[in-house]
Amino acid sequence: MRNSTKLIILTVIALICILLYGFYDIKGGFDYAFPRRMMRVGAMVITGFAIAYSTVVFQTITHNRILTPSVMGIDSMFEVVQTLIFFFAGSVSIWVVNQYLNFAVSIVAMILFALILYRFLFRADKHPIYLLLLIGMILGTFLGSLVSFLQVLIDPVEYLSLQSRLFASFTNIKVELLYISIGILLLAFAYGYRIMGQLDVMSLGRENAINLGINYDRLVLNVLILSSVLIATSTALVGPITFFGLIVANLSYQFLVTYKHSILILGAGLISVIALVGGQFIVEHIFEMNTTLSVIINFVGGIYFIYLLLKESRAAG
Amino acid sequence: MIEIKGLTKRFGNKPVVEDVSIKIQPGAITSFIGPNGAGKSTLLSMVSRLLDADTGEVLLDKNDVKKWKSDEFAKRVSILKQANFLNVRLTIRELVSFGRYPYSKGRLTTEDEQFVDQAIAYMNLTDMQDKFLDELSGGQKQRAFIAMVIAQDTEYILLDEPLNNLDMKHSVQIMKILRKLVDDLGKTVVIVLHDINFASVYSDNIVALKNGRVVKDGPTNEIINSEALREIYDMNIPVQEQNGCRICVYFNSHS
Repeated sequence: MRNSTKLIILTVIALICILLYGFYDIKGGFDYAFPRRMMRVGAMVITGFAIAYSTVVFQTITHNRILTPSVMGIDSMFEVVQTLIFFFAGSVSIWVVNQYLNFAVSIVAMILFALILYRFLFRADKHPIYLLLLIGMILGTFLGSLVSFLQVLIDPVEYLSLQSRLFASFTNIKVELLYISIGILLLAFAYGYRIMGQLDVMSLGRENAINLGINYDRLVLNVLILSSVLIATSTALVGPITFFGLIVANLSYQFLVTYKHSILILGAGLISVIALVGGQFIVEHIFEMNTTLSVIINFVGGIYFIYLLLKESRAAG
Repeated sequence: MIEIKGLTKRFGNKPVVEDVSIKIQPGAITSFIGPNGAGKSTLLSMVSRLLDADTGEVLLDKNDVKKWKSDEFAKRVSILKQANFLNVRLTIRELVSFGRYPYSKGRLTTEDEQFVDQAIAYMNLTDMQDKFLDELSGGQKQRAFIAMVIAQDTEYILLDEPLNNLDMKHSVQIMKILRKLVDDLGKTVVIVLHDINFASVYSDNIVALKNGRVVKDGPTNEIINSEALREIYDMNIPVQEQNGCRICVYFNSHS
């Protein structure tokens, strides 16, 4: 089967999921329910593509297919910001109640965190990618421990409302925040589209990429910043989805055997949309909202991750 | 013209390349030879801007290599290193097509396709051009990478031990192709070689390195003689003449 055929099939499945989610079992006011559902779909489509894009490009520059940008500790920063707010200001403070403020604070904190990390490390070393990963991981773990420490001390009632924020959810999204996110992401994608060809060359490794005229270190830095912006925006909008990028990127590599990023990313994006919209449909209509999408994603993602690890270690051994 | 001036590189405190100044003669094959750890590959990496020098400079047409725009430089100088592990699955043709990236940025024109066809034919890979690289033997893979560099169509071609993994037949084939690139198309080839007999038979000039310094630099016939070789390798190497080629018989020598 050709890749274009495969992409058409994915698009059709994604559209079916969207239509099913949009029209299934609409009771009462169609005019009320339908636009609300479509908004959730909008959020799922853009976060799906943001996560797919950032994971695929991150894996290309690190030459590693079991990493996600979340190892850099960007999602942990989101948890830190939210936990600090709940710990010091409380769940009824303006920092929580005003969603714009909360969104702005989270996104700024995450991007700043990433920029400081890169700025600091790109000065210190010439080819810092592994050092960067290690330090990112250590910081991520440190921030994670800090979060659990604060969560132990926090008031249990406050903790419950904090917890609901730390799980990704597409159910309560503000329209205006959605528009802002779409704006940020479109800008990021516009740059992301321009570097697709360079990313293809990147997959030949550092030396071959430089030989072919790629400004390697600068491209790595730009890609890191770009994927941080994408991750930060989608996390601030719906919450962290840790394993998700890993699943969709690897499914896309397996399904579409190619080196072309334009195809891989489109494929990964469509698979994201199918998984998110389809998953949300299952959550709403089969589990009747008794669980959240991110629980299902982390469950399925965890199993797939173990499968990948076993497969890679067998290939290496 | 490539000119190297006072180039030095240290890893930690250990100087790997020390104060190297040479000129690469255009339209000729220059071989870098010397014992393991002499700094041959490091020198080549600095010339091709894969590695930054600590001090000194490499000039291409009188301009510092670091000041060249990366994509313009890629149209003038190509480099192929020894280890080429890929974690993407490519066919030979796809890999060779990447050689045209500096010109076409991924959108191949008919002219680019011609260069790719030629490069593949040059390396005798036409029959298997649609095979995936991971299905090939080490030698075939190596030839595919060299074909990519040929498709890049640069004046200068730098190769870091391209004969690794190759049997005698393919080694000779590749050296003949390099000779042809120089004689027919006027390219300049700089090559790191381990086998001094290949250096002796095929190169015009030899640069011999030892402990990071240049110990000999000149036309091949001035360097392939027992006296000079003793200085480079600390070995007694008899040189015999065979059909006009100087062959070093080092296999049973004692130091």
